[in-house]
Amino acid sequence: MVDVVRGAGGLVPAAEVEDVELYHPKSWLTKYVFCQDAKVIAIQYSLTATAIGLVALVLSWLMRLQLAFPGYFSFIQAENYYQFITMHGMIMVIYLLTALFLGGFGNYLIPLMVGARDMVFPYVNMLSYWIYLLAVLVLVSSFFVPGGPTGAGWTLYPPQAILSGTPGRDWGIIVMLVSLILFIIGFTMGGLNYVVTVLQGRARGMTLMRLPLTVWGIFTATVMALLAFPALFVGAVMMLFDRLLGTSFFMPSLVELGQRSQYGGGSPILWQHLFWFFGHPEVYIVALPAFGIVSDLISTHARKNIFGYRMMVWAIVGIGALSFVVWAHHMYVSGMNPNFGFFFATTTLIIAIPTALKVYNWVLTLWRGDIHLTVPMLFALAFIVTFVNGGLTGLFLGNVVVDVPLSGTMFVVAHFHMVMGVAPILVVFGGIYHWYPKVTGRMLDDTLGRLHFWVTFLGAYAIFFPMHYLGLQGVPRRYYELGQTAFIPPSVATLNVFITVAALIVGAAQMVFLFNLVRSLSHGKEAGGNPWNATTLEWQTPQTPPAHGNWGKELPVVYRWAYDYSVPGADRDFVPQNQPAIVRSA
Amino acid sequence: MATARVLVLIAIGSVMFHLLSPWWFTPIASNWRYIDDTVNITFWITGIVFTIVVLFTAFCVLRFRHQAGRQAAYEPENKKLEWWLAIGTAIGVAAMLTPGLFVWNEFVTVPQEATAIEIVGQQWQWAFRLPGKTGRLGTSDIRFVSDGNPLGLNPKDPDVQGNVVIQGDDLHLPVDKPVRVLLRSIDVVHDFFVPEFRAKMDLVPGLVTRFWFTPTRTGTFEILCAGFCGVGHAQMRGNVVIDTESDYQTWLQKQQTFAQSQVQKNKKLAENEETAR
Ligand code: HEM
Ligand SMILES: [Cu+2]
Ligand SMILES: [Cu+2]
Repeated sequence: MVDVVRGAGGLVPAAEVEDVELYHPKSWLTKYVFCQDAKVIAIQYSLTATAIGLVALVLSWLMRLQLAFPGYFSFIQAENYYQFITMHGMIMVIYLLTALFLGGFGNYLIPLMVGARDMVFPYVNMLSYWIYLLAVLVLVSSFFVPGGPTGAGWTLYPPQAILSGTPGRDWGIIVMLVSLILFIIGFTMGGLNYVVTVLQGRARGMTLMRLPLTVWGIFTATVMALLAFPALFVGAVMMLFDRLLGTSFFMPSLVELGQRSQYGGGSPILWQHLFWFFGHPEVYIVALPAFGIVSDLISTHARKNIFGYRMMVWAIVGIGALSFVVWAHHMYVSGMNPNFGFFFATTTLIIAIPTALKVYNWVLTLWRGDIHLTVPMLFALAFIVTFVNGGLTGLFLGNVVVDVPLSGTMFVVAHFHMVMGVAPILVVFGGIYHWYPKVTGRMLDDTLGRLHFWVTFLGAYAIFFPMHYLGLQGVPRRYYELGQTAFIPPSVATLNVFITVAALIVGAAQMVFLFNLVRSLSHGKEAGGNPWNATTLEWQTPQTPPAHGNWGKELPVVYRWAYDYSVPGADRDFVPQNQPAIVRSA
Repeated sequence: MATARVLVLIAIGSVMFHLLSPWWFTPIASNWRYIDDTVNITFWITGIVFTIVVLFTAFCVLRFRHQAGRQAAYEPENKKLEWWLAIGTAIGVAAMLTPGLFVWNEFVTVPQEATAIEIVGQQWQWAFRLPGKTGRLGTSDIRFVSDGNPLGLNPKDPDVQGNVVIQGDDLHLPVDKPVRVLLRSIDVVHDFFVPEFRAKMDLVPGLVTRFWFTPTRTGTFEILCAGFCGVGHAQMRGNVVIDTESDYQTWLQKQQTFAQSQVQKNKKLAENEETAR
């Protein structure tokens, strides 16, 4: 095999020669099932994540029904409620959002956007998906084991998680921990791929400072995940040992069912540190890809370069780094040394600064733009509103003393749903409306898209905005029922009904979306290669949907950054990244 | 048009909701008014930022919507503007963090004269211990937990003998006297939360955690558990009754000390054996 060949532009590395190194599928099985093409893997990831995400959605309806009409549904007992909460939280955060952003968007977009033929380790990439699928199946199996899934809350705090007062203590917790361990193994395989592909697989001319922000977001999030997940991994292994082998990593001497247990000497707070060392960066693992994607959506649909690109990149990297030194803001009232509060409150509030700069740059990109209110743009605008809202309430919870009355209440539930539930999901939707034409060659239906958008956005805001005030009132989270509580006025019950109705409507709107996804496969308008007139490389592929290997005979060469929109003097309002500089004949 | 209008509605609606909402902090009953003040400062700053950003977005949508012939400006960056925004944000953040840290410093600095009391959690009930005459809480250990000694107090410790143990009943405290609360759990993590006091803290098995507060008005206040502790979490309730000094003393007189309760328990045991024989 030749290492280098001589081409028009000088020496060409082997990877740029016609796709010599790709494994081309030989059968239906290797084309659609055990496929090594990152684009197919991306779709596999996305479909699996969506399927399991629907389970989490249904669980949220059940929880909301219980909160609005306590005692009305005999199949929702306290045990079930806590199992629903736990599975809902864990699925949403890890199996849906992490998998969708990194495994789904990451796999599809990284190779295309950096101008590579595929991920650098396609085989490992394929394994990553299959292990993820296994993790999901193991997770689902916990609904069928004796005693049902664990009801320990998604934070799985010991000692409670493995003691008998908690549902799913026999099997559920074991299955959950095993599933998490599998997920992390699978993710690591994919994650290494994304990182190496961004660093090593870029087309000629694609310098780091020419990467679209989507790639920056996904890349940074992946690096963070590779650093954060190991903390959860060791925590899960240790808890598994505590549960199965009788070790006491997290277990002090305690009384279980009136009896002194065999455990002794361990520390429950150790788990909390390990969990949140993972858990806080996890918030940004979900948020950074959303930041990146939304930047590209705004820029493309406002026909304007992203404002302050370099600042945006540094903000992403800075937020990623800072988010490793704020984890204990989840533990202000955990009994850790209270002096940590000073440090963690300061670091947490400092993160607000780069985050705020990103927000300013998004809205300043709109300023003097040429705003096309397409469905992806609508979702991007909705992201700004919900993210700003959720980000600002983070300043309450991060500021240690303000957190004291609010922690453990519905204020927290409202905050994290707004900032890491609603806002990133709105970006997921925006991203799907934006890239669906590339993936399938057809547009999603616009009318259905607008319907989906308005109901989802306004509905989600109606669910989670008022919820903050329940928390101020003192309504605690993870309560199966409020019962008679002296300081809680009856109007709280009314608000709970309102929130539940909104939640059911928002849920129903997602069916419209799924219908649109399926119907447009065959009925959608033909999209062409670049329906949004976008600059980034994925829109410049020779075929749509792109073939295996992405680029045909020749890899693209990159001449400019990703945001040449409305360049003065250019004949169109966008200049693709692979278009050579305009040479003016004087 | 419609989109911009909805955005404006969201901004105004959110502010109106905030102002008119019947759901708000319960009337405070402790010294932590500073916490409420910090919350209010934070609401002001964040509320203003939220309104400005959303209204600005709405304005852009209205003003720069696509029309035939419109071309967007080309402006990759504007260092000066970006710096000013960064500095402005930093000032806003400092305006929230500074009072926050001052109040936190107060929160972690327990006044000398505070009386120590103990709150013990177990699935799914609260128990309390007051120092009694000696003024000291004696030692405890999980090893000593038994039917007659659910809190695991050290029966050999002289300080323990005078301690008052309250189980299945309300905790009483005198008004306007600072209390230093020590918290313990004998099984899983719980969290002691009385919304009117604002302060809260986890109870962690294997640790003694602490916080302090001064009750500032008399009345009965409900305790919730705010740390998820298993299926009975929502049922883990109790009451703190804040009394005037004289009411408190009357109540305290009626309580049994640990020593008295042990004597009574032994007597009962003996009687039972008697009747059994
Ligand atoms: C319409 C959509 C959703 C609704 C109606 C909803 C509803 C709920 C409800 C009722 C709870 C339990 C609150 C409590 O009593 O403690 C909950 C918990 C939670 N939700 Fe959602 N949710 C939705 C979407 C999401 C999304 C997209 C995420 C992704 C980040 C998410 C993550 C969580 C987490 C992490 C918990 C905490 C679980 C725990 O306390 O252990 N949810 N949700
Ligand atoms: Cu955090
Ligand atoms: Cu509890």
